[in-house]
Amino acid sequence: MQLDAKIPSGPLAEKWDKHRFELKLVNPANKRKYNIIVVGTGLAGGSAAASLAELGYYVKNFCIQDSPRRAHSIAAQGGINAAKNYQNDGDSIWRLFYDTIKGGDFRAREANVYRLAQVSNNIIDHCVAQGIPFAREYGGLLANRSFGGAQVSRTFYARGQTGQQLLLGAYSSLMRQVAAGQVTMFPRREMLDIVVINGQARGIVVRNLITGEIESHAADAVVLCTGGYANVFYLSTNAMASNVSATFRAYKKGAFFANPCYTQIHPTCIPVHGTYQSKLTLMSESLRNDGRVWVPKIPGDKRPPNQIPESERDYYLEEKYPSFGNLVPRDVASRNAKAQCDMGKGVEETGFAVYLDFADAIKRDGKEVIEQKYGNLFQMYEKITASNPYEEPMVIFPASHYVMGGLWVDYNLMSNLDGLFVMGEANFSDHGANRLGASALMQGLADGYFVIPYTIGGYLAGTDRPEITTDHPAFKEATHYVTERTRKLLSINGKRTVDDIHRQLGQILWEYCGMSRNDEGLLKARKLIQELREEFWKNAMVPGSSEDFNQSLERAGRVADFLEFAELLVIDAFERKESCGGHFNEAYQTEEHEARRDDENFCHVAAWEYKGDDKDPELYKESLVFENVTLTQRSYK
Amino acid sequence: MTKNINITLKVWRQKGPNVKGGFETYHATNISTDMSFLEMVDVVNEQLTLDGKDPIAFDHDCREGICGMCGAVINGRSHGPEKGTTLCQLHMRHFSNGDTIVIEPWRAKAFPIVKDLVVDRSAFDQIILAGGYISVNTGGAPDANSIPIAQEIAELAMDAAACIGCGACVAACPNASAMLFTGAKISQLALLPQGKPEAANRALAMVNKMDELCFGNCSNERECEAECPKEISISNIARLNREFVKAGLVSVVK
Repeated sequence: MQLDAKIPSGPLAEKWDKHRFELKLVNPANKRKYNIIVVGTGLAGGSAAASLAELGYYVKNFCIQDSPRRAHSIAAQGGINAAKNYQNDGDSIWRLFYDTIKGGDFRAREANVYRLAQVSNNIIDHCVAQGIPFAREYGGLLANRSFGGAQVSRTFYARGQTGQQLLLGAYSSLMRQVAAGQVTMFPRREMLDIVVINGQARGIVVRNLITGEIESHAADAVVLCTGGYANVFYLSTNAMASNVSATFRAYKKGAFFANPCYTQIHPTCIPVHGTYQSKLTLMSESLRNDGRVWVPKIPGDKRPPNQIPESERDYYLEEKYPSFGNLVPRDVASRNAKAQCDMGKGVEETGFAVYLDFADAIKRDGKEVIEQKYGNLFQMYEKITASNPYEEPMVIFPASHYVMGGLWVDYNLMSNLDGLFVMGEANFSDHGANRLGASALMQGLADGYFVIPYTIGGYLAGTDRPEITTDHPAFKEATHYVTERTRKLLSINGKRTVDDIHRQLGQILWEYCGMSRNDEGLLKARKLIQELREEFWKNAMVPGSSEDFNQSLERAGRVADFLEFAELLVIDAFERKESCGGHFNEAYQTEEHEARRDDENFCHVAAWEYKGDDKDPELYKESLVFENVTLTQRSYK
Repeated sequence: MTKNINITLKVWRQKGPNVKGGFETYHATNISTDMSFLEMVDVVNEQLTLDGKDPIAFDHDCREGICGMCGAVINGRSHGPEKGTTLCQLHMRHFSNGDTIVIEPWRAKAFPIVKDLVVDRSAFDQIILAGGYISVNTGGAPDANSIPIAQEIAELAMDAAACIGCGACVAACPNASAMLFTGAKISQLALLPQGKPEAANRALAMVNKMDELCFGNCSNERECEAECPKEISISNIARLNREFVKAGLVSVVK
């Protein structure tokens, strides 16, 4: 089978316009006959559900939380990129495209990324019209700040709560459509299976998290916007409920999973400090605009930071990357922090931390300016650590944060299964092997507001779909599978809690498939994961019943999927014999310890097909063709 | 400094909305003061699970104070004793060895209990869908810089928009009023030029919906402002009142 990305022909800058013209349209009167299921209410799901409903489609929207306003997009802090060039500093659609392709270490599709850069500007316009209170200059125009991997200032922001404000904007548009009767909301529902009939995605099976009832929902198309799987590492900056289950169930029903080994370890998080720890907290990348990263020059120097004189501090990012300095991309910053700590220069009791110091910025701009920019982040930091970053440098360390991998989609954001669209972090498409800061919000909203409204119409108008209802045997079968699995989970009756097993899975992955990887470790990890999975099904303890609000059962189902998915992640990492972006195999590095790609053999998307529980997945390759940029060794020096 | 403490918890347990609930006592031992409050509850729940008992149900998600999912009344205070803090950001260093901590769900007629500390806050979604939006469809917006907005106005709107919809204001209010929540959204949108065309309609619709959902009235107790984890000011309630009166008196909308 050949994977067809369906990239339109013609010059890069004209592809999207041309494609939009060529896509079939659905007559307005016919739109109301079509049902669309959107799973997830984050930036991608919320914006898609609202926009599709505005067009006249009838939408059923599902979320795991008690309200669509709580999806994890809400936690994004720093900002959203757009190629507005309001700062007159040389930005353009082409530059945003180029920075994103390069930031992703040349492992994303040119056409998708260019489209993303094109619609970035529409997003800002729409969000302002929705009443999102972006930061502004004294003259009343929009303010910008800089983010990693770019030398222009193109990031729009709402204090340190940009994700919250954008999400509440999408949520408000969604609520308007709920009021209009175009969207029906299904909160506290978890998707547990997808229903495929005649090769077309036609519905989902969900568990009502309050009553435990298994419900079936049929539709003309299914849109998955269920986020990323960074919680496979147990400790991550993701929300507690973030999981891989929806996309993994789709994978088991035939959708291809692409590049699962591309995971992002974010450089600036509050370090781990105890085994009881349930999650890690990100400190926005925007802090690297003004904060300087350093460690003591002498390994093992235990003096408090303010007693270490300037001459004995190693500002290693500024030294090594003079042109980007502290604003190098995330993968580069993370690896360098790890390297310093491996040399024994890490700080704090654990030795796994570096400083992020605002003393110079406060001296230069005054405390008030810094407070206005980062006040809520500083406050959050102080709450967690009981240390005041206005007086002492922050201590930070990398943590699992985001995943670039996800279900494979074509240019229309449709998976290899007809009628199954995948958007936002749940798909693999736009960030290559490393995502730049402030690009996740951009992609989620681009997909939902400005891509899916066109491409889903093309699909619906261009295919025949038999009339089906939830009485179809495929729904019965999926319901049976889900019920059976739930029963199994509740009957293990072992001795270890699910969290305890999840914690161990996280340790395995962090050790052998985290910031740096090698073949031996990956093979070992695969074996350890298999053993742990076996233990889970023999020795996990899942209390309560299936017909109740049962949070232990919810977690058990998610961890069971993580235990299967983790192996796929490791297999993919093992197969990719190169280093690129967030995937760093120690055997492939330059003399300066940067990631060394192998463009001859690995300039492709690795898409995996499920072949059965006892069989290895099968690999399909989608070659990445670069017609407009030259592949280079990334340099931020 | 990190240290370990022992505490006693009195937790509200209730199997479902129509079942009688009551307090249960648990002992949490060897709790690190670096733990967050919810991590402490995790530890208690792990032990309950291992003991074959039903763990305490509680809502939580982001654990960084922004999703608004978590919340409980701790010793009589919404989200606990620290100002401007959600329950997930409250740390055990604010408690002492030997303390007894009483944990209850939000209590309000409009927020029925689902189980233990979990309540149904869908009434907040109902208030928003009555009018907490600007009616723009995707696609037709003018350039983002075409309408300048004074920085102070944008900042005021942002102050109001910071609401996380957790429900602490309702739980703190002796009347279980949702005026702070509703006022924050009405203010955010009424302050911005984009929100002005619908301001009158919005104020009337949202306030009427709030009353319909059995939230109480505001009697200026200011408990909501004191307990709000995002420190939303009650000046937003004053603005709600102005917008409501203005809409009732002078607007063409009735």
